[in-house]
Amino acid sequence: MADNLSLLFNAPILSAQLLIDGILIGAIFALAAYGMALVWGVMDIINIAQGEFVMLGGYVTFFLAAAGVHPLYSVPIAAAALYLLGWVLYRTVVFRVVDKDMFISILATFGISIVLQQLANELFEADVRTAESGLGTLFFADGLIVVSQIKLVAFVCALVLGAALYLFLKTSRLGRAIRATAQNARAARIVGVNTDRVFATTFALNAAICGAAGSLVVMTWLVHPYLGLAYTLRAFVIVTVAGLGNMASVVFASLGLGAAENFAGFVLGTEYQAAFVFSLLVVILVWRNALLSRQRKYLK
Amino acid sequence: MEKVVKRRAWAVLGAVALVLAAVGPASPKVEGDTIILGAAVSLTGKYSTNGKNTQDGYELGVKRINEMGGVRVGGKYYRIKVLYYDDESTPARGAQLAERLINQDGVKFMLGPYSSGLTKAIAPVTEKYRIPMVEGNGADRALFTQGYKYMFAVLSTSDQYHRETMNLAAEQAQKQGKDPKTLKVAMAFENDPFSMDVRDGVLEDVQRLGMKIVIDDKLPPELNDMAATLTKVRAVKPDILVVSGHARGATLTVRQVSDMKVDVPMLAITHCDSAKVAETLGKAAEYALCASQWDRSLGYKDKWFGTAEEYAKRFEKEFRYDPPYQAAESTAALLVFLDAFERAGSFEIEKVREAIATTDLMTFYGPVKFDATGKNIAKPMVLYQVQDGKYKVVAPTKWAATKLIHPIPPWSKR
Repeated sequence: MADNLSLLFNAPILSAQLLIDGILIGAIFALAAYGMALVWGVMDIINIAQGEFVMLGGYVTFFLAAAGVHPLYSVPIAAAALYLLGWVLYRTVVFRVVDKDMFISILATFGISIVLQQLANELFEADVRTAESGLGTLFFADGLIVVSQIKLVAFVCALVLGAALYLFLKTSRLGRAIRATAQNARAARIVGVNTDRVFATTFALNAAICGAAGSLVVMTWLVHPYLGLAYTLRAFVIVTVAGLGNMASVVFASLGLGAAENFAGFVLGTEYQAAFVFSLLVVILVWRNALLSRQRKYLK
Repeated sequence: MEKVVKRRAWAVLGAVALVLAAVGPASPKVEGDTIILGAAVSLTGKYSTNGKNTQDGYELGVKRINEMGGVRVGGKYYRIKVLYYDDESTPARGAQLAERLINQDGVKFMLGPYSSGLTKAIAPVTEKYRIPMVEGNGADRALFTQGYKYMFAVLSTSDQYHRETMNLAAEQAQKQGKDPKTLKVAMAFENDPFSMDVRDGVLEDVQRLGMKIVIDDKLPPELNDMAATLTKVRAVKPDILVVSGHARGATLTVRQVSDMKVDVPMLAITHCDSAKVAETLGKAAEYALCASQWDRSLGYKDKWFGTAEEYAKRFEKEFRYDPPYQAAESTAALLVFLDAFERAGSFEIEKVREAIATTDLMTFYGPVKFDATGKNIAKPMVLYQVQDGKYKVVAPTKWAATKLIHPIPPWSKR
């Protein structure tokens, strides 16, 4: 560990490399996290199957690539396929738990995640799959910093998708209905919003965003049936830190997490990368709790 | 009244069992001029594919020997037959079936099952009854630390996976007029028993050859990204990068080394054939070294099958598929028995065990010679190098058909 730190200290350019990589990776996390925040905020459901949507999106791209479609074109197809799946899941399972206790919805989505995982294992086999984008690598600072173009593409895709979503929620009629439902579902119903439709759209939209993220994941790394948990947990960490309903803070938290994770992997070893993320979550929660309790004292 | 009858019935049964156990079939199972061996293999369940490979390997051996007239013991020729049971890929069933083969069917020589797990379940049984077992599909080193006296394995254990890599690196350094002691080694191993065993082997080699370890990262089982480790590799510029993390580790390494343009003169991984890196990752996989137990292009030769290639052709003709190493090592296990029978000149169990223990045999699968724990110390692992999208054998140098490309050309020149 000391070796790694001194290495970082002696070659500051490495920090730049880790930071860039981390930020680019973070954009993919941001997609999954923003979807989770949306569902959580609008429907009051923590979707444990988030990572499984990412995984399935990856498989859509993998199979399309195997059939000869360029992986980059498959991003919207993966999103559309997952939109459909999200909608079906809402109509069959999720609508039953929307107004229930949060514990019940967690159990329900946990169940969905296990079913999807096992189905994927059964249908697609446990093999590790990947899709080649055929993009090259960019060099900066005399080749000391490398950026693979696919990561850059993923970053841009994530930003574009995020911006489109933001505009959709701000300007479209359905978007406004979604925001209204998030603020107060009962009041929205009174003024004529069909909240059931809003819920269905929100859940499907979330699945679509995750599908797109998965498509980027399989081009950048790989996909296998048990990939999901890592993305569910990261999304959860990001949303907990950033809070609901604030897109900008979700994005910043995601990029920050990506970078922090990369530095931790470098200094502590890849083995402790995930452990570091969760320790970070604990620290942030404790810190925020301390801040809140101080505020309460002040109010008294 | 009923109870008494029942109890009496149990007593009788018990007595019969005791008598059976005490008497047992004392002489080896020979029917007429046929010697019978036993094996529990996984014909159904999760190992069914490799279980079938194992059985096909044994069967090809049996067929070939009988074609050649059989095995000559004490001036008489005997034919070979193997009695199989399906262990359903479950260790408990495997142990049961081993008992059955030994106690009911009177088998005195056992061939191994498929996988380390099944071998671990069966070895205590064969050991208890002092029945020699030669296996070809259990590579876990833990099998050889139990003090088993009747179990022998023809395949290389997991710590051997990268032994050839390290030897090759030293060889290449000397060729370039460099001292192997100046070589810097970067290691990344998944934190699981298999890969940790591979790592132990590499550590031993690093010490033996006096090399220096510059990176020693462990990879989590939920590994999804190796960027942090590879950034380190780019920074410290090692001479060798050794990775073991099953198919996931192999795929990620090849993909990210190429994405991040990590220049390293030698890149060695495991499981690249099962991860199909050359097939799915194309150019990115070029020059990667991969460890394997056996390959048909090797220069090994024996009196039963001829060369490895001839064995492979015979196998293809019989079973209509390319023989995987699981089949080859199974055939080799049978050959060890034949050689031992011939040298012992008898089917007496202790004599045969003695003969197996002193085996010094060349087969199409490679040389076989056991140490005191029963593992084969003579056969090296094979190293493939991906060249033009194909897995070409480049080491051990003595048996290799293709020349190693070393050092790996930098990405800027590819």
